[in-house]
Amino acid sequence: MTKYGLLVDAQWCSGCHSCEIACQMEHGLPVGETGIKVVKIGPWPIGDEAEENWQFSYLPIPTKQCDTCASRRAKGKVPTCVQHCQSKCLEFGPVSELAESMDEKQKTMFVLN
Amino acid sequence: MSEKYKTVEHERPFKYEEGDLNVTRGCAWTGPGCHLGCGVIMYTDQEGKFVKCEGDPEDPWTEGRLCMRCLDAPEVTNHEKRLLYPMKRAVEDRGKDKWERISWDEAYDLITEKFMDMKEKYGAESVVFAQGTGRDIAAYITRLAWSFGSPNYTGFLSGQACYLPRIAGMAATTGAPWIPDCAQQFPERYDHPDYEVPEVMFIWGNYPLKSNLEGFYGHWVIDLMKRGMKIVTVDPKVTWLATKSDLHLRVRPGTDAALALSMMDVIIKEDLYDHDFVDKWCYGFDELKARAAEFSPEKVAEITWVPADKIVAAARMLGKAKNSTLQWGVAVDMTREAMPAGQAILSLWEITGNMERPGGMVVAPEILSVAGGWGRELLGPEQEKKRIGIQDYPLYNFGFAVSQPDETVKTIETGVPYEIHGAWLQTTNPLACMGADPQRLYKALSKLDFIVVVDLFRTPTIEALADVVLPAQTFAERNGLAFISGAQRGSTINKIVDIGETKSDMQINLELGKRWNPDGWPWDNVDEMFTDMLEPTGMTFEELQAVAPAYQPIEYYRHEKGMLRSDGQPGFNTPTGRIELWSNFYSRAGLDPLPYFEEPEPGPGSTPELMDEYPLVMTSGARFWGMFHSEHRQIERMRHYRPWPLMEIHPETAAKYGIKDGDWVWMEGPLGRAKRKAKLTPIMDRRLVSCDHGWWFPEGDPEKFYDVFDLNINNTLPWIPGKSGFGSNYKSSICKIYKVEEGN
Repeated sequence: MTKYGLLVDAQWCSGCHSCEIACQMEHGLPVGETGIKVVKIGPWPIGDEAEENWQFSYLPIPTKQCDTCASRRAKGKVPTCVQHCQSKCLEFGPVSELAESMDEKQKTMFVLN
Repeated sequence: MSEKYKTVEHERPFKYEEGDLNVTRGCAWTGPGCHLGCGVIMYTDQEGKFVKCEGDPEDPWTEGRLCMRCLDAPEVTNHEKRLLYPMKRAVEDRGKDKWERISWDEAYDLITEKFMDMKEKYGAESVVFAQGTGRDIAAYITRLAWSFGSPNYTGFLSGQACYLPRIAGMAATTGAPWIPDCAQQFPERYDHPDYEVPEVMFIWGNYPLKSNLEGFYGHWVIDLMKRGMKIVTVDPKVTWLATKSDLHLRVRPGTDAALALSMMDVIIKEDLYDHDFVDKWCYGFDELKARAAEFSPEKVAEITWVPADKIVAAARMLGKAKNSTLQWGVAVDMTREAMPAGQAILSLWEITGNMERPGGMVVAPEILSVAGGWGRELLGPEQEKKRIGIQDYPLYNFGFAVSQPDETVKTIETGVPYEIHGAWLQTTNPLACMGADPQRLYKALSKLDFIVVVDLFRTPTIEALADVVLPAQTFAERNGLAFISGAQRGSTINKIVDIGETKSDMQINLELGKRWNPDGWPWDNVDEMFTDMLEPTGMTFEELQAVAPAYQPIEYYRHEKGMLRSDGQPGFNTPTGRIELWSNFYSRAGLDPLPYFEEPEPGPGSTPELMDEYPLVMTSGARFWGMFHSEHRQIERMRHYRPWPLMEIHPETAAKYGIKDGDWVWMEGPLGRAKRKAKLTPIMDRRLVSCDHGWWFPEGDPEKFYDVFDLNINNTLPWIPGKSGFGSNYKSSICKIYKVEEGN
């Protein structure tokens, strides 16, 4: 079976939550439950505040309720989180293909099945 | 379809089937939601219920993306608390939960009787027509007001302090509205052969990822950063974008004009301006140079909290850039002297020759000019003369034909120069959102004999003031034209569903207009009306539905080609034909023709004597993802992300006042106070607190107006506009903070 992954270019995730709501609406999930969840890291200044070097980033993480949008994909569409990601920082595909573009700091891949 | 427009190829017609679902392509312009007008794909099930809203992958603006609010649009449309039928309440029962369901005919009869009676007794000007945030209703509510005979179309927002100051300022000094060039005017977007990515974008006075200006999709900033664009952020807070900026200028709220003038001083003294552009196309450079010389970076650092070396660095980045653009926002308008602030900021891009240059600032293309009103000829010069504020504030002749809001409130209170007796409030909730000093506004509006409110949900404004309520529709329930400000393109809002007895704003306006002035409303239905509006495009409403979005072909350097003036001459549409750095219109209006800075009042620079009691600088209107202005408080999926109104404060400042994360606090200024939950965060300047706006609790008691008078931060803000009548200090004030406790 092909292993699918979600590649996150985390440097661009703006924390907008579109992936979460898109997922919830696609799957009819109750409020508060989601197949992908954005976590926030920071914000805090690293070292002296005057250096203006901040820890301030987001990372969307697929949850156990992610079903890779299988029925949606069967209609030729991309997973809804990928389509609606406002920063276009999500990519879906076979793990082997995605692995080839794992070439930058903060890029993160989740195996989905 | 007319040859005049460029469109994208659609794989399917605008309505099609997908399995068990019916699918409709359309545009989300609104409510609910903002004034961007994203392309959407709406799904209805076999029962005709609106079940899903997605982004339209064929929309060049969004390429299928959508924010959480419109993804959740079905929850709003289908919400159990929607207003579903007209209601009335006896005037003596205002504020009481004593509503009676009535039919549309009864509602129209009652409204017509009351307003016509006022028109006969006191003149049509005695009825004020007000709307809220910029939406597609402007064309129709203005036509309703003007065909009734009232010149008093307005919004209850002190100084019209949202975009209109910049629109009027740009019109007066350059003859056109300018937008940052993100290739939004081309269906090919960034791939258009003439487009160039800006070397640097300044993000000034807004956080575009959360708050979308009309026609500006915030995440274009990210698209362009990925294409190599650098950013400079002008924002008192450390935002996520600020941490990705080459420079972050943490400006004190309300001091942007000083910052801009100081950058200008550096650019001129270091000879970084565009001599050729200034010589050929600008007027009044020497005067501007002399004014800027009064703002040395050292002096301005004291005023703005921005260190002098950063002011210099920002000026150099702009001055040395091949091309640069400006994404500015409402913070520029929400200061009392908004006009000179906007003038100062835009002048930076003018003298550096970034106007009409690829990746710079471009004149917003316009296809239909109805955003500022439609059918003004129906009003006539006699009534136009009576527009409130036009005598004192001649700049209200630029941009939109609105009455001056602060003067309008005063006129309601005093009956001078004439009495106001009625109000038509259409999709506006001024007691919760845009009105300054909402308790004063409440008292003023309470004087009126008859008030109609049109909205989607019951609101504090409805509970406190309405005598008749008419239920409006969300974008999924109606047809409409979407020619949105910014780089205007032609889209249609396409109906997919019926909810209760609701009617669209346009239908309500058309049906009442036909009763009041049949000659002014010669259409049998809204689609016919839309087709007539579309006459200049050569398309019918149905034709546009099929091909939308339609783009007007646009080129750069239009000022060189005689494309910005109606006489076809090169130059800009101003008295001198140049961009007026020294404004003839301002001079004639008795205003300073050059940009200037005045300390925000109250504030540390203007009222030092108040700082002992109110030691913190306060700013409000912080945007967050899931809610738009006073909307969405009852939308569970959105409220989940922001259950309570927040005040952001630095942990050290909070400790000083004994406040812990999550504490309920009062933020109190000289005029009043509002409740917020404290959120401790190091992104704040230690001298500053910031909070959300637009709060009320729909779950609360309607007879307490859903706690709006405890929650509305505008309790702290007075109705005082700038000298031009534009601008007001919504975002720069002072306050003290203390915990909410039993008995206080």
